[in-house]
Amino acid sequence: MSTLTLDPIAAKASLLKKDGGQLLEVSMGPQHPSTHGVFRMDVVLDGENVVKLKPIFGYLHRNHEKIAEDETYLGSMPYTDRLDYFCSITNNWAYALAVESLAGIEVPERAQYIRVITAELTRLQNHASLVGFLMQDMGASGTPLMYAFREREKILDLFESLTGARMMCNYMRFGGCRVDLPTGWLDQAKKVVAAFPKFLDEFENLLVSNEILMARTQGVGIIPAELIVNAGITGPLLRASGVNYDLRKVDKYGIYDRFTFRVPLGDHGDVYDRYMIRILEMRESVKILEQAMRDIPEGPFTDPKTKVRNFRPKPGEAYGRIEAPKGELGFYLISDGSPNPYRYRVRPPSLINLTVLEEMCLNRNIADVVIILGSVDIVMGEVDR
Amino acid sequence: MFGSGVLKGMAETARNFLGSYVDKDRLTTVQYPEEHAPRIEASRNFPFLVYDGPDPMAGLRCVSCFICEKECPPKCIIIEKSTDKKPDAVGKPQAYPVKFNIDVSVCMSCQICVEVCPFDAIKMDVDFEQTATSRFDALLRTKQQLAKSNEYYHQIHPTEAAAVDAELAAARAKAAAPKPAPAVAAAKPATPAPTSAAMASPVATAPPTAAPPAPPTALSSRPEAACRSGETRSATTEASPTPDAPAPPAKETASE
Amino acid sequence: MTLEPLKAELEANIPGCQLEIVNNPSPSGQHSLLIDPGHALAIALYLRDAAHLRFDYLSNVTGVDWPSRELSEKIKVKKIVDGPDGPVEKEVDEVVKTQTHAHLEVVYHLYSMALKHGPVILRMRTEDRADRVHLPSFTPIWRSADFQEREIFDLYGILFDGHPDLRRILMWDEFEDFPMRRDYVEPDDYEYEPTAHDDVLKKTIAHYTGETPGGAA
Repeated sequence: MSTLTLDPIAAKASLLKKDGGQLLEVSMGPQHPSTHGVFRMDVVLDGENVVKLKPIFGYLHRNHEKIAEDETYLGSMPYTDRLDYFCSITNNWAYALAVESLAGIEVPERAQYIRVITAELTRLQNHASLVGFLMQDMGASGTPLMYAFREREKILDLFESLTGARMMCNYMRFGGCRVDLPTGWLDQAKKVVAAFPKFLDEFENLLVSNEILMARTQGVGIIPAELIVNAGITGPLLRASGVNYDLRKVDKYGIYDRFTFRVPLGDHGDVYDRYMIRILEMRESVKILEQAMRDIPEGPFTDPKTKVRNFRPKPGEAYGRIEAPKGELGFYLISDGSPNPYRYRVRPPSLINLTVLEEMCLNRNIADVVIILGSVDIVMGEVDR
Repeated sequence: MFGSGVLKGMAETARNFLGSYVDKDRLTTVQYPEEHAPRIEASRNFPFLVYDGPDPMAGLRCVSCFICEKECPPKCIIIEKSTDKKPDAVGKPQAYPVKFNIDVSVCMSCQICVEVCPFDAIKMDVDFEQTATSRFDALLRTKQQLAKSNEYYHQIHPTEAAAVDAELAAARAKAAAPKPAPAVAAAKPATPAPTSAAMASPVATAPPTAAPPAPPTALSSRPEAACRSGETRSATTEASPTPDAPAPPAKETASE
Repeated sequence: MTLEPLKAELEANIPGCQLEIVNNPSPSGQHSLLIDPGHALAIALYLRDAAHLRFDYLSNVTGVDWPSRELSEKIKVKKIVDGPDGPVEKEVDEVVKTQTHAHLEVVYHLYSMALKHGPVILRMRTEDRADRVHLPSFTPIWRSADFQEREIFDLYGILFDGHPDLRRILMWDEFEDFPMRRDYVEPDDYEYEPTAHDDVLKKTIAHYTGETPGGAA
């Protein structure tokens, strides 16, 4: 949460232009609807053009990593829900994956399928609401967002009937999941997933060929492929720039090698591509869901040998990462043999995806900053931790 | 034609608007204070304490073993243990909480207290309409406010409560059954006594320490209790091995 | 990826670099390579640019604090002991206490997006925890280190030489301590939104009034 440390007079002088005009320094946020939470950007404008932009974080900082050092391994699980509060289940999975790799825990077959199903549902609802928010940022107030939320609601209902909570699911456990699928849940989920492509068609009818949308998004916020790799940006942003890197294909964590799906790639790396990538990823997620719900076996949903209480992994360390809807979400744990992790590190995709925000926004209008930020898909709970 | 995309979108909006009059899927909202959305059985928000019988304070299942206080991630549970003992849900003399407070302004509804409780004494409530005018006293729930009857539990989580009741009935039958040698019983806590109650309950017949867990068909019908692996159950038997030697392990867990 | 051939390769190509393989006993088997800060940039450049390595993606940068700990180790020592028939040599257990070297550490997880392999885990250690806490910055090589190194500077106090914009990122500028260090003590008013917890309430009242109230607050 750092301000620009310039001497005020020098700062004023630096805002003077050679032709006698003046640059304008605007503080966007932290209380601004377009910044997706409490996020601030210090923007220097020449007329409407951005000449400098510094993102400023920390308003939601609660030192999640320090809290986790005082918690048991299980005790950190509900805190991971609150990182990216849109995708609590994928956060749970990433953390569970790191702990399982640290302690060498095997996950039973059925649990793997449940994890894939819930994680892909999470991806559906995250991407659906993101495209809704993106349209909202663009000025299409209400309609697309409400359509997206209507679909998201159905998925959240599924989460509630499975985990008990709509957003703070706290569902994964080391070696499996907390509860088994209740009777009838799969049928319900199949119904929701079967209806989802219809919603996507509708959504595409609504917006994809919309001339205003194209004018606002095409060619905006381009990041070249070399820079995006170097900046460590992952997830739909990376693939919108044409880099084929999806951890579900690369790491094949869980059981992702059993499903046939494709990784959509963009050509231009602009906001429109990022929007389209998310729509296409939702279609691929539907495919994964259909296969997973068809193939899910009976069996135990959690590893019976793993203890719930007094869980102490042997000393060592592990880094576990998954393809969360926003990018690579990693957990790095160091154990010293005690019930609490010695070091607990979250690799937040939202924060690192903001690394080249300035490059994306330079020489664009200030109105474009809003949609570029919207296309990055950040959640401040994860950025600030 | 320029503008055709916009028009296409408009047509979609119109279809959705008109559709909301005929298609229930298109209109998912309810008029909240007057109408409530159908409650989902598994939903949870804050914990409550279960009691059996008519008297809330006498029937509390909690034996103040401090496990939930210790495991609670945000540390919102405050327990004080009694010095005397009273019979618990299974019929063994156990300590009871003199003070059991939950600070619901701190509680994050994670359900870990329920998961670790070996006595089925704390469960998740569904009452989400909780408003208060003060952040301090009003949101610090005492055991009087937290105590809710087993009937209420049955009402809000029927499948889960039935499974818990079956387990408790089995434990009670086991405690009442004459034991040839208490030492053997303590050493093999998981072996179910062949009583009628135990036979009636599929939960109790599956020895929890055995490696393969209960068949999933049984599990899927009881979403909550399904999470209890052998670990929790053995904690029950551990904490109350025999009527003759009650309750030292509770202290042990508190001090570790 | 096995580290031994990589270590040999790096030693052959970067003269003078000191590398050490740090074993990870956990089942994850993610061993790491301890590199010396003096040659860190050369090693990083080599890892990024060598055609068969191409570690173009720095995924994760972690700071770790290792304050000095006391290790006690039992060793067998031969000693002359007074026995019943005069002094005899005997094996005696002796506890040797050693202090570990206090340092801060940075861990880098590298992957290759081009060749889809990894991770290679690099570690770098500072000389101590007090004032010799300089390490070279990897930001000029991988932009993704930018915010993560700033965060480590903010929370651990490691100074990254060569970082273009090393400011606090999550805490405010006026903040002085480094909260992620193991010996950090939070100020007594940090929970300035008091809760109904007695001890927090007491602590807060004591902070604002300067007196400790007796009994339950």
